Formats: sequence, structure tokens, C-alpha cells
Amino acid sequence: MTPSLDAYVMLSSALFAIGFLGVLVRRNTLVIFMCLELMLVAATLALVAFSRFNGTEDGDVFVFFILTVAAAEVAVGLAIIVALFRLRQTIQVDRLNSMRH
Amino acid sequence: MEQIAFIFLSALTLACALGVVLAKNAVNGAMCLLLCLAGIAGLFVQLHAYLLAFILVLVYAGAVVALFLFIIMLLDMQGGQAWRFRPAQALAGFAAAALLVTGLDLIAIRGRLGGGPPVGQGAGSSLKLYAYQLFTAYLLPVQVMGFLLLVAMLGIILISRRISEADPSK
Repeated sequence: MTPSLDAYVMLSSALFAIGFLGVLVRRNTLVIFMCLELMLVAATLALVAFSRFNGTEDGDVFVFFILTVAAAEVAVGLAIIVALFRLRQTIQVDRLNSMRH
Repeated sequence: MEQIAFIFLSALTLACALGVVLAKNAVNGAMCLLLCLAGIAGLFVQLHAYLLAFILVLVYAGAVVALFLFIIMLLDMQGGQAWRFRPAQALAGFAAAALLVTGLDLIAIRGRLGGGPPVGQGAGSSLKLYAYQLFTAYLLPVQVMGFLLLVAMLGIILISRRISEADPSK
């Protein structure tokens, strides 16, 4: 007996919500970035599940591209965080508020 | 049997995802992310997407988490001081996440996705089929993706160079 599509969709939505919670609650830029990755992976899980249960391969190919873009995104994002740290000596988002006023 | 494996893997994934959000130390968070990705790779195997599971472990667990750990080692000298719990903020965050998950699940339930069995073999099970797709229907996206990786690499070089040159002039 295989798990149903509903189970996979609910799991991926729960995973997405956990990542969203982390983005809202945490103050460390690196942790926020990790939670963003979590949300991305949750979306890929839903894509793979839909692709499997509908018998098409387009979702799988799309996930392949998502993984490539995610690798590029992580590299650029971490470079920006390192540059930010060099400039401001902090990566806590509540101290990076020079655009606030 | 498959049901038991699914329950175990989803419990592992969700627990480790919560670990990423709640971990005091960013290094523990990165380790939880690693375990969470291992769980997702297991779920991909259950969905017959073997190639994607392999790529997920290779790219995410091998490269991305290692990169995260390097940057945490480089920057996060303050250790555990980061996680200050603010009740109002946490309440708002939990409410937003609960709303989001309720909305998504309502769409999933109202949409009647159905509990039917999977159709066909599963595309990811055959590498040949996969490669055929990539080099026929998705040839242009593959080229664009290669260009994107090149641009990202150049961007990273530019970002890290400009800052390091600006620093001594200050």
C-alpha cells in the first residue's frame, strides 16, 4: 500500500510552513537563508509527487532545473552575506536597519 | 511497508525542519538541514525519482550545506546569542505559518487530488527518458541554465573583489 498524493502534498505544505515560520521568527541572516532553502525543497517535493502520480516527467525535469538554480542562488546569497558582514560587522537583521528611516 | 517508510521519513523530515528553525546554534541548524535533506532524498526514492534523490544529496548535502558550514565558521563567532525569543513576534509567526498550512491543505482537500495509485513507471526511474527530455524539449532551458551559472560565478567574483578592494581604502 503506497501513500496517497494527499499525504505528500500535506507533508510538503507543512515543510513549507515550517520554513516560512523560520523566516519570520529568526533574526540571523544565515538561518533565514537556510529556512529559504527549506521552502524551496518543500516545493520540489510537491512537484516530484505530482509528477509521479500523474505519470508525466515534466515535474521531474523542472526539479532538475530548480536544483541548479538553487545552487547558484546559495552561492550568490552567501557571497552577499559575507560582503554585508565585512561592511557592517553584523548579520543580525534587526541591526541592519539603515533603510528603515 | 511503504506506508511505514513514508511515515518514518516524513517524521524525520518534519522534526529536522523544526530543528533548523529552533536550533540555538547555527551549526546545529545546518546539521538538522542536512538530516532533513536526507529525509527528502528518501522520499524522492519512494517516488521513484532516483536521479533526483542522487542529485539532491550531491548538490544540497554535498555542496550547499558544506558552503553554509564554511560561512557559519567564518562569520558566526558570537555563538548562541542570536536567538532571543520575542513572544509577540513568535505568536505572529506561528499564526502566519498556521494560516499558510491551513490554506494550502484546504486547496489540496477541496481540489480532490484523490488517493489513486501512481500512474506508470515514474519518469525518474529511467535515466534514458530523462536525458531524452533534457536534450529535446528542454534544450533551451539547459542552455539558459548554463549561462545563468556563468553569470552567477562572475557575480560572486565581482562581489567579493569590490568589497575587499574597498576595505583598505577606508
